[in-house]
Amino acid sequence: MKISMPFKPIGIIAGLLFFLLAGVILVLWQLPIITIPLLVITVAGLLLGVAYLTYAERKIIGYIQVRIGPNRVGPRGWLQPIADAVKLMFKEIIFPSTANRFLFVAAPALTMAPALAAWAVIPFDDKWVFADINAGLLYILAMTSMGVYGVILAGWASNSKYAFLGAMRSAAQIVAYEIAMGFALVGVLMAAGSLNLSDIVNAQRGDYGFLNWYWLPLLPLFLIYFISGLAETNRAPFDVAEGESEIVAGFHVEYSGMLFAVFFLAEYLNMILIAALTALLFLGGWLSPFQGTMLETAFAWVPGIAWFLMKTSIFLFLFLWLRATFPRYRYDQIMRLGWKVFIPLTIVWILVLGILILVELPPWFSTAGV
Amino acid sequence: MEVAFSVFGIDRTYTEFRLYYAFSANLYGEVYSMLENYLPVLLFILVGLLVGIGPVLAGFILGPHKPYKEKQSPYECGFEAFEDARMKFDVRYYLVAILFILFDLEIAFLFPWAVVFKELGLYGFVVMSIFLAILVVGFIYEWRKGALEWE
Repeated sequence: MKISMPFKPIGIIAGLLFFLLAGVILVLWQLPIITIPLLVITVAGLLLGVAYLTYAERKIIGYIQVRIGPNRVGPRGWLQPIADAVKLMFKEIIFPSTANRFLFVAAPALTMAPALAAWAVIPFDDKWVFADINAGLLYILAMTSMGVYGVILAGWASNSKYAFLGAMRSAAQIVAYEIAMGFALVGVLMAAGSLNLSDIVNAQRGDYGFLNWYWLPLLPLFLIYFISGLAETNRAPFDVAEGESEIVAGFHVEYSGMLFAVFFLAEYLNMILIAALTALLFLGGWLSPFQGTMLETAFAWVPGIAWFLMKTSIFLFLFLWLRATFPRYRYDQIMRLGWKVFIPLTIVWILVLGILILVELPPWFSTAGV
Repeated sequence: MEVAFSVFGIDRTYTEFRLYYAFSANLYGEVYSMLENYLPVLLFILVGLLVGIGPVLAGFILGPHKPYKEKQSPYECGFEAFEDARMKFDVRYYLVAILFILFDLEIAFLFPWAVVFKELGLYGFVVMSIFLAILVVGFIYEWRKGALEWE
């Protein structure tokens, strides 16, 4: 027996629009005038970064595979991402006849919104952050967890077998690696003693430059965090959710035109977010690697944001490099790595870290100097 | 007792009234400054939704609309769609979801502990070790039961 449920989203849409409007008015009324242009610049910069990350990906993987990569549109192919965006904008948006239309349209927006919203608490430099809130890391965790809803809704709303399989796989995988990621964050919190991202970066300040950052005492957690980040963003070698050769494109197989482009944007935005977070939590964010050493004054002219962007770029390059190097994992291997390797390892390291902090191991955890 | 006023039929002195007032004024200030800190967060969420919806609207306006039956059928490598896609799926996905909820709650529980870990010292460490040991027993049990096996 088939039960059909009438679904009338008009009330929901009207309610959402009302709150959107009320929110906009409230926010615009309260904010200092300078915040709006800064926010526009940041968002534009992020979207431009996403566009050129796709270009960098095609170029870098091209050179790794002894090809040139895109080189036709503009000088050396620099205008390629713009051309791609314009092309996608003029493509037809197809609705599968069996799809649930409302959820089908809502899913990309639901993936996009948290990917961008998480940037509100990212400090680009000392005191250079939009919302300097005490629950920064908790907010980040909440926002990155929201991304999975978009994937599941997309797979479900498409009403297509490949999309559904892709969504199920993706959800189980994201969920498994989120636990390892959460445990890695607990380690950072123990070391820094704060949820505020600026405080976490400042806690890594010390006399031994880059040796003071948390990547060294938290080395296993650092590696686990970054690898889990790969799995969270469905990047190679963990991209079974898209698995071109088995389920053609996974959860977004039915998506076309701009609806597809939004998914694509969100994926790359999440990559940049993970790279930036790894740089903040484990590589000292905007801190100079020569802090406290002889070279500190020689490199004092480099602004903090340049260090931050450099560290972020290293991780972004790693994302691309790993994609070009590793073949795709099998699904049972992915689940084994997540549940049977990462989770036990993080629990053990949290206990080890507890002991390290209790014995006040210098230079990271000594309270005398602070 | 000199009664200054009464609230809901209960008599209050003037001193009590001043205390209530100071407390609520302070609370109001705190709540207000917290809201002020969180405004950019709200703004970012709104902008995120706009960036998610805006390009799609542009695509609707600029793109062509020429649907026909074959184009709109679900993609199945060129075959006609066999049956409804909302099919039965592996029960292990449910199992993973349940395990995830358990572990995610652990993490939510560990977060506040981790923030004040340095203040708690050895006591906090021992207590949380006991808790984690109980968790690990459960983890070993589900491992041995094969809940984490895929093929």
